[in-house]
Order: sequence, then C-alpha cells, then structure tokens
Amino acid sequence: MFEDYFYLLRDAGVPVSITEWMTLQEALDKGLDGQSLLDFYYLARSVLVKDVKYYDQFDEAFAFYFKDKELPEKVRKQILDWLNDPRARRDYAMRFPEFFEDDVDLQRLRELFEERMREQKERHDGGNRWVGTGGDSPFGNAGFNPAGIRVGGSGGGRMALQVAMDRKFQNYRHDLVLDTRQIKVALKKLRQLKRLGDEEELDMDETIDRTCKNGGDIDIVLRPPRKNTVKVALFMDAGGSMEPFANLVNTLFSAAHASNHFKDFKYYYFHNCVYEYLYTDIELERRVPTGQVLRELDKDYRAILVGDAAMAPYELTSGYGGIYYYHQAETPGIEWLKRFERHFRKSVWLNPLDRRYWNGWTTVEIAHLFKMFPLTLQGLDEAVKALV
Amino acid sequence: MQDIRISQFNVFKGSDDYIASPELQNIVNVAITLGKPLLIRGEPGTGKTKLAHSIAGALGKRLISWNIKSTTKAKDGCYIYDTVQRLNDARFGDKDISDIKQYIKLGPLGDAFKNAGDVVLLIDEVDKADIEFPNDLLNELDEMRFTVAETGEVVSATRRPIVVITSNAEKELPDAFLRRCIFFYIEFPGEKMMADIVHVHYPDLEDRMLKACMSRFYELREVRALRKKPSTSELIDWIGVILKSGVDVATIEKKYPFIGVLVKKEQDYAYLKGTGTIRDD
Repeated sequence: MFEDYFYLLRDAGVPVSITEWMTLQEALDKGLDGQSLLDFYYLARSVLVKDVKYYDQFDEAFAFYFKDKELPEKVRKQILDWLNDPRARRDYAMRFPEFFEDDVDLQRLRELFEERMREQKERHDGGNRWVGTGGDSPFGNAGFNPAGIRVGGSGGGRMALQVAMDRKFQNYRHDLVLDTRQIKVALKKLRQLKRLGDEEELDMDETIDRTCKNGGDIDIVLRPPRKNTVKVALFMDAGGSMEPFANLVNTLFSAAHASNHFKDFKYYYFHNCVYEYLYTDIELERRVPTGQVLRELDKDYRAILVGDAAMAPYELTSGYGGIYYYHQAETPGIEWLKRFERHFRKSVWLNPLDRRYWNGWTTVEIAHLFKMFPLTLQGLDEAVKALV
Repeated sequence: MQDIRISQFNVFKGSDDYIASPELQNIVNVAITLGKPLLIRGEPGTGKTKLAHSIAGALGKRLISWNIKSTTKAKDGCYIYDTVQRLNDARFGDKDISDIKQYIKLGPLGDAFKNAGDVVLLIDEVDKADIEFPNDLLNELDEMRFTVAETGEVVSATRRPIVVITSNAEKELPDAFLRRCIFFYIEFPGEKMMADIVHVHYPDLEDRMLKACMSRFYELREVRALRKKPSTSELIDWIGVILKSGVDVATIEKKYPFIGVLVKKEQDYAYLKGTGTIRDD
C-alpha cells in the first residue's frame, strides 16, 4: 500500500525500516487507522518514527504526500540532481508523474525551480517553500496558503495536514542548534572507559561466584573502578564577530562544564584568533601565555576550538596582526593555530556559522588545519566522533 | 478466526485522575492491539510514568513497576538467583539448599510474563541503564519467554502483557529496540489541556485563581534563559501550596509566592531576581 510514501519518508531523511513499515500495514489491516486522516497521521508517526528529531522531516513528507505543499529539504536537493541525470529522472517521473509532463522543457524547469527557490530564500528567512503562491507552477500544486486552512475541516483530512504543516517539531531537528541538555547528551559520547588505578572496588558477582565454587569459603575479589580517561580543553572565541553567538557558546560551555564525567576540563578564551595570550575569563582580563597553556596541557587533551573563523586575512597571517594593541605580537595567528594542531593529538573546530558562510579565505585556511564542524547537534555529534 | 479489531475490554480512554489527549489514547490502544511495547518520551513532568498507572487503573490491571537504575541488568528483570541467601543457609544447615528453586526470585519481567493477562508492565526511565540494556531486553520481549538457567524452568507468557517504557532521552536508544516499539512523544500541554489537568487535581479551584496561576506559570516558562523550566507536576504542587497557604489571587497576579516550588536551580533564581521578575518583599 502506497509504498512510494515509504520511499518518500526515507528520501526525506526519516530512517524508516521494513519492520516498522510492516507494523503499519498490520495496524491498517486491523483497522487501527481510525476515522480520519488525523488518526492516521498519529498512527503512522508513532509506528514509523522513533525520535522527535525526525518529526519535522516526517511532517514535511506527510504534508507533501497528502497535500503537496512543501518539498522536504533533502528531496528538493535530489530533484535538482535528478534533473541533471536523465536515467534517474525517468525513475522519478514514474513516481511523481505530475511534475514531469512530457512537454516541459527540462532546462526551463530547472531554471524555474532554482529561481523559485532563490526568491523564496530572499523573502523568508531560510524558507523552503518551493511552491509559490500563484497557480501556474509547473511543480504541481500551487496557491496553497497555510493561513487559509480552517481548523476542523471535513472528515479530519485537513486537520491532519494542518498538524503536519504546523511543523511544531522543527526545533527538535537534529541539524538545528541546541540547548544545554542536548549538548550534554552529545558530549556524553565523548568517553573512554578504562579500569584504572588500584584494585579497590568489590567485584560482587565474581566474589559470589568464586565463593560458591569454593564451597562457601568466602573469596573476595577486587578490581579497579571504571573511569573516564578523556580530558577536554575548550578554546572559545570571545571576539566581536562572535557576539551573535554568545548565547550558543555559553550553552556549550555550561554543558561541557557540567559534564562531570570528564577526567579533566580546561577552558580558555581568545579574541578573534589565538595569539601570544589566552584568557581565563570571558571579559578577557586575566591572561596566560599561550605557550604556557600548551606546556601544561599534554597532548592527550581533546582540544575543541569554537569560533567563526572569520577575520581579515592579515589578522591570521601577519606578525603583529592582532587588531587590538595588546595583541601586538610577533608570531602570526596561523602559526599559533598550527602549533595547536601539532600539539594535540585530536582537535576539532566548531563553527557557529552556517556552512554556507564557510567560504571566507580565513575560514578555508583554518578548515585546512582543523576538522571543522557546524555548532549544531549533528555537527557536535560528528565532532565528538572525530575526537574519540 | 477471532475478531482482531480492538476488543471492548482493552480500550483506554484516560482515567479520572489523568487527562490523556485523544491522540495519546489512540496510540495506547494501537500498542495494546498490536502487542508492541509503547515507548513514551517527553519533557520531565509531563506524566510519562503516570500514564502507565492510568492505563492499569482504567483497564483494571495490576501495575508492575520496574524502575531502571544505572546498574540495572536485563537479566535482573527476568529473575534473580539469590546465591548469597543460599550461601547463608548453607552455613547453618537448617534448610534444604539442594532445592535451587527457592532461591530463584522472579523479577518484574518474569512476574509480568507469568500474569500476562492481568498486568501492565512499566519499564521506567529505560535510558538510565547501560547503553546495551535495551538490546539485552529484545529477545525476551520478542519471544515473551526466558529460561532460568539454574533450574531449566521456562517462564513464558501466553498473551502479550501491556508494556509501557518511558525514557528521558538521556541516551540514544538502539535502533533494533526502537524498531519494535510504538513511539509517542508527550508534548508540553497547551493552556486548555493544562487547565483540564489542573482541574483533575483541584476540582474546586476558582476560575480567576486558575487563570492567574497559569498565566504566571507560562510567563515563567517563556523566560528563555532558565536552565530548568517548571513542569506540569511543579505547577500542580505550586497551586497546592498556594491553596493551603491561603494566598489571595491579587498577590499571585502581582508576584510569585513560594517560587521555590517552581524554580529549583540557584542560577535560575539568581537570574529571575536579577532581571526583576521576582522580588524579595
């Protein structure tokens, strides 16, 4: 039954498995889909989607499938690819024939599509409504305005679409930015448990086992406790261009600080780029020589640098490049960054800016040195993987 | 062939002391009919655990709670072989220790399997345990049976018990486990639903008082800088304290008495005080 919906969900990035799809079929067989599309919406969501972070993608796909309003972001990208690939295009045309009438000039279609998307991006903030408000779009439906839906509607069909189109779960998306708790969960993955130190913990199971085997004579077994051996050093840019992200960086900091499972946690601030001195406070008043910090932190510290990596080229490459007089320093910033990269066995750079702004010259240079990830939940996940 | 549609007996419609949204009721019934565990997530204090209590109450079944801790092992849920007791008994020799059966104690899962028709099994805060814990449960939940290794006895369920699993999303749960569950995310209740919930707890609460408390409460939740937002259960407690102390409506409209019931973190308190949201007088 409507297998194309299954594939649409997968294309939209919802990890639906065959098992779950079969469960949905079973539920439908048993008549559990209820009276309305709304009931079906909740049924399908509960059976197919197991994490809130995919609800938004699910909503997008649901709204698209049952009333073409918005094309899920991932699918949108794929359409562009498909338009470039005749074989895939035919395949897709069979699935969604309404987009691919024979007499449509493909080049024109592509242009229109891109143009429409550009327009939308400019009009709404990051909007992805690829369908315009007019009724002449070759991309299928049109003239759909969410504000125009009445709640209640007939047979509940519109209700379900409304719920789906509300996209209430947008904030739970994996690729969006995050709160303290989410960061803590992400950082929790940064661990390496080892049994270390003296044998001081009573191994209850082993003691009982050995005692039983010993015929009741108590045989005590000790073992060293498990400890996380990961040490973390966080370096945060507190420069002017980071102002808009102050909250985000703060959140990251408090999450890392509260994650008491690290063996050690050190943090420093820098201004724009790393120069001779690092700061131990966000006001940049108490400074320590960078060289001393590198001496104190051994190479096993996982270094996380946070910054927008955006600055004037000379700030990165010239001696005395710092923009503030107290930064007058012989060694250029890039040299310090290279020292960082060489010093720590594992290091990453987290960038609060969206990936599409990463084409600045300094950003590219820094991304050559450090693995750079966006400061989103997904980016953090990937960064943690790179650090373990 | 038996009628596979929802039987009249296992229909959950919420209970007197628990307001469940229609979609949640529906999903509970779906999970019961399909015989799949129901995985519930949501903000703290949205009534995840209470849902299981409510299902048990509404369907007239016994609730078996299995509270998961960081040290909980899947095997503990099936049964515990009390070797220490046996060892102890062996020292005094007044019992027949060759009968191992008496040292086997069924855990919550074993108990639920034995009485599958009459119980609701709650596996509370499944994410507290080790990351591998849910996977260890899979086989038992799938087959609804396990073998007691020490005696060879097989404990099995003839019917699938109703299983409710709650999670705070502290750890990610394994995919294989998730695939087998029906999942529902309890959203933070909107004002109308919240009013219903409060009403269940305080049926005689005056309208004006309710409105005042709720608007103060949502106002607090709007403060983005709070590290821990107040939850439903805290609102209930807060109203309870207000009623007991006899603070009048006018006071609540002006300030936050007993703020400690709503705000539990020192930093949050300091923040609210700093921004003038709460005052000392």
